[in-house]
Amino acid sequence: MPAQKAHWQSRSRRRARAGLLGPGLLLMAVLSIAPLVLVIAYAFMTRGRFGGVVPGFSLDSWARVLEPIYLGVLWNSIVVATITTLLALAIGFPVAFVISRLPPQWRMVALVAVVLPFWTNFLIRTYAWVVLLNDVGPMNKGLAELGVISEPLGLLYSEPAVIIGLLYSYLPLMILPIYASLSSSEREIAEAASDLGARPWRVFRDVYIPLSVPGIILGGIFVFVPSIGNFVIPDLMGGGKSVLLGNVIRDQYLTARDWPFGSVLILVMLAILVALFAAQAVASRRLTGKLTR
Amino acid sequence: MRPTPLVFKVITVAAFIFLYLPIITLIVMSFNGGRNPYVMEGVSLQWYRELVTDGELIAALEQTLIVATVSSLIAVVVGTALAVGLARTTRSRSLEIVSVVPAVIPDVVQGIGLAAMFTLLAVPLGLTTVIAGHTVFATAFVVSAVRARLATSDPSLEEASRDLGAGTFTTYLRITTPIMAPAIVAGGLLAFTLSLDEYVIASFTSGSTSATLPILVYSRVRFNLTPEINALGTLLIVVSLVALVIGARWIGRRGKVSA
Amino acid sequence: MKAKRTYLSVAAATTVGLAVASCGSSGEDGPTALDPDADLSKQSIVVSNYESYMPEDLPARFSAASGAQVEVAYHASNEEIVAKATAGDSGIDVAFINGVYAQALAAQGLLEPIDPRLVPNLANLYPEANTLPYDPGNKISVPYAWGTTGLCYRSDLTGYDPDSWLDLLEPRPEISGKTTMVSTERWLLLPALKSLGFSNSTQDEDELNQAKEVLLRTKPTLLAYDDATFFQRLVSGEASLVQAYDGWCNYGITDNPDIKYVVPKEGTDLWVDVMVIMKTSENKEAAHAFINYVLDPEIHSWVTENILYKSPNKAAMDMISPELIEQYPNIGTTVEELFEQEPLVDVGDAGPLYTRIALEVSAAD
Repeated sequence: MPAQKAHWQSRSRRRARAGLLGPGLLLMAVLSIAPLVLVIAYAFMTRGRFGGVVPGFSLDSWARVLEPIYLGVLWNSIVVATITTLLALAIGFPVAFVISRLPPQWRMVALVAVVLPFWTNFLIRTYAWVVLLNDVGPMNKGLAELGVISEPLGLLYSEPAVIIGLLYSYLPLMILPIYASLSSSEREIAEAASDLGARPWRVFRDVYIPLSVPGIILGGIFVFVPSIGNFVIPDLMGGGKSVLLGNVIRDQYLTARDWPFGSVLILVMLAILVALFAAQAVASRRLTGKLTR
Repeated sequence: MRPTPLVFKVITVAAFIFLYLPIITLIVMSFNGGRNPYVMEGVSLQWYRELVTDGELIAALEQTLIVATVSSLIAVVVGTALAVGLARTTRSRSLEIVSVVPAVIPDVVQGIGLAAMFTLLAVPLGLTTVIAGHTVFATAFVVSAVRARLATSDPSLEEASRDLGAGTFTTYLRITTPIMAPAIVAGGLLAFTLSLDEYVIASFTSGSTSATLPILVYSRVRFNLTPEINALGTLLIVVSLVALVIGARWIGRRGKVSA
Repeated sequence: MKAKRTYLSVAAATTVGLAVASCGSSGEDGPTALDPDADLSKQSIVVSNYESYMPEDLPARFSAASGAQVEVAYHASNEEIVAKATAGDSGIDVAFINGVYAQALAAQGLLEPIDPRLVPNLANLYPEANTLPYDPGNKISVPYAWGTTGLCYRSDLTGYDPDSWLDLLEPRPEISGKTTMVSTERWLLLPALKSLGFSNSTQDEDELNQAKEVLLRTKPTLLAYDDATFFQRLVSGEASLVQAYDGWCNYGITDNPDIKYVVPKEGTDLWVDVMVIMKTSENKEAAHAFINYVLDPEIHSWVTENILYKSPNKAAMDMISPELIEQYPNIGTTVEELFEQEPLVDVGDAGPLYTRIALEVSAAD
């Protein structure tokens, strides 16, 4: 590294730095950081009579978060996002594991097969579930004809339906990182361990699981983050009967026109996410410590 | 090698059924003879006919392609430079975080933040604002893709180039960029595909007449449900598959040539 | 002809000059000086409406007739238009929204007053359409369609003819799980308020809380909340009985003649969807011309035949064929019958309370 540093002569280095970093950082500053700062600022203002904000410091909106209705929605969203993430893990880990043990030429095919459904439009995909799960739709009809059920399952337009929709949308985001960590070079350790006669369950517990933890954590974040902020799937698959944090935030901006309160809810959501990332950082640091030991 | 547990195999098969059941439903229902989106009433191609003559849908597709192309092109240029800059000219951890924030922050937050800012600055909402919104997350994805590649690449080639008297930018253009090419292409393609499918940010930043395809689809699904949507979904899958096969062939041939 | 055109372009130039001048003195709420002879071929407008709430080629026909360019935008809800308008220049010239929301927008000074000189076809409206409480005299809005909110049902699936809001709020066991309600706040609360004998626009917190309790009890019996596709659910057989706007029930009747519409005996609302011109519109002459064009009897009756909603246009309704009314009985509702219902008005400061109750109901387990 020092050798490389020496080569960046101070003037050309400064120029290069400005030229390379400048446009990108400007873009981020104007279109990512500034909007975020604005949202944070709005959280400390009061709502205007007809929407918008009234400048001036106020904590009124923060008190409202503690009202039972919003705490309820918040809790419900955390529960739904957590269940979705756990289900994604329960399905995603075995799938990633099986794929990582396929012969190389089949591995690619399997990975493409995992991703392929996601190349049609996100909304159309969700809508396909609406068709499938509908009380008069193909699944209920099929099961009824097979004599499995006598009444439609009534699955659509319920919280389980929302979880199915979220799981369907984000499952690949769990499979891919776990697959990536399982197929890393350290995998050979596992093979070696099992070749040396370690009991399968021990290999699994002591080698495969730790090996895949970075992938699991990453996948967990990839599933949890979009789930907790989602409002489209609750709209389409919840039949308006289930409300998540994303719906309330959207409605504060579009329907209720209470921007300060919407901003407070956004900050609450971001706080949850920051806590999650912090936990991930701690976990992965511990883990690497363990592995090197 | 130890055998894979049977439970895992069962779960994997079930998972693929789960992944493909809705897709198969979608494809079958696209040939519906009736207009009931849930019940098959005979077989016909009428929804495909409606699809290709649907001016509104074609206009929305155009808007979407414009947004995706422009935003991913900007993202490739700006994002690659940013990634190289981060890797080679600074060790600032916070700059690095700033550069990837849009890839991890929930879309609803970005959409609302941008809408609030455009409102404050009295920027009229339209195609430009949608492009701006998409460029941000697209850039973040290009940065992470290229950054990952740079982390594993050897800076000595670039040093050699500079030792031989090439300027920083020449080095960047002639040496760094080609090394980065696969990551740039991957990042750009990722940005392009994500933009094609993006609904939330677009819905907050689009004007009244700049509906992209996802916005139109959402409004159709909520207000005017017909099997035409199934036909559209089926076509999108077919187009992706064809693109994939062509892409795979291309990469395969390129691999052979370079080998 | 040619001479007239030159005159028109001079007039247009003057208008532009006037518009620029009036921009300079922004901040005033007074009406912009409008030129009845403006050259519309130099103007273009954006019209925002709901999906399939006007004939698809209506904008093109207006363009052909007037020379003005029209671009169509779609909005999904009244709230969306309000949000766009309050946020600043929405780019929209003419919007189709509910009268109650027009009233709220006008209160914020976001609407251009209607200049009756530019809309001579206002004379075609029923006299009653000039007395609506959200905008008496049609000063800031022009009625486009009106009707009631009621029950739409598949008589073959329900097995009986419902006639009360309680048929929806406390459904018989055989149709439980096969009913939907509208979730837009004002109309979500409507059935409960009416079943309790309250006004559909009450601002009384106690009355609203009673209505909330009713809705919370109803929630577990619902298939879904649905603002827009309820008639499709009846057609597909997914639902048996839905809360519906009369015109959208007619959409269902088109596909299945077993579908019927009824106004519950406890009474309902008289809602009016109106056309408004945004204050930010830069082509207000064309915007007025568009509204005037819609009010043309030929056009407005064509609209009604197309969207199956009644229009408040007497001259247009007189042209509706008896066959259409036979197929869709609620199109034949007389003005007297309509006015037996309570017109909706803006609830002012109680607005957030409605929003909150709607959230509490939809978030409840």
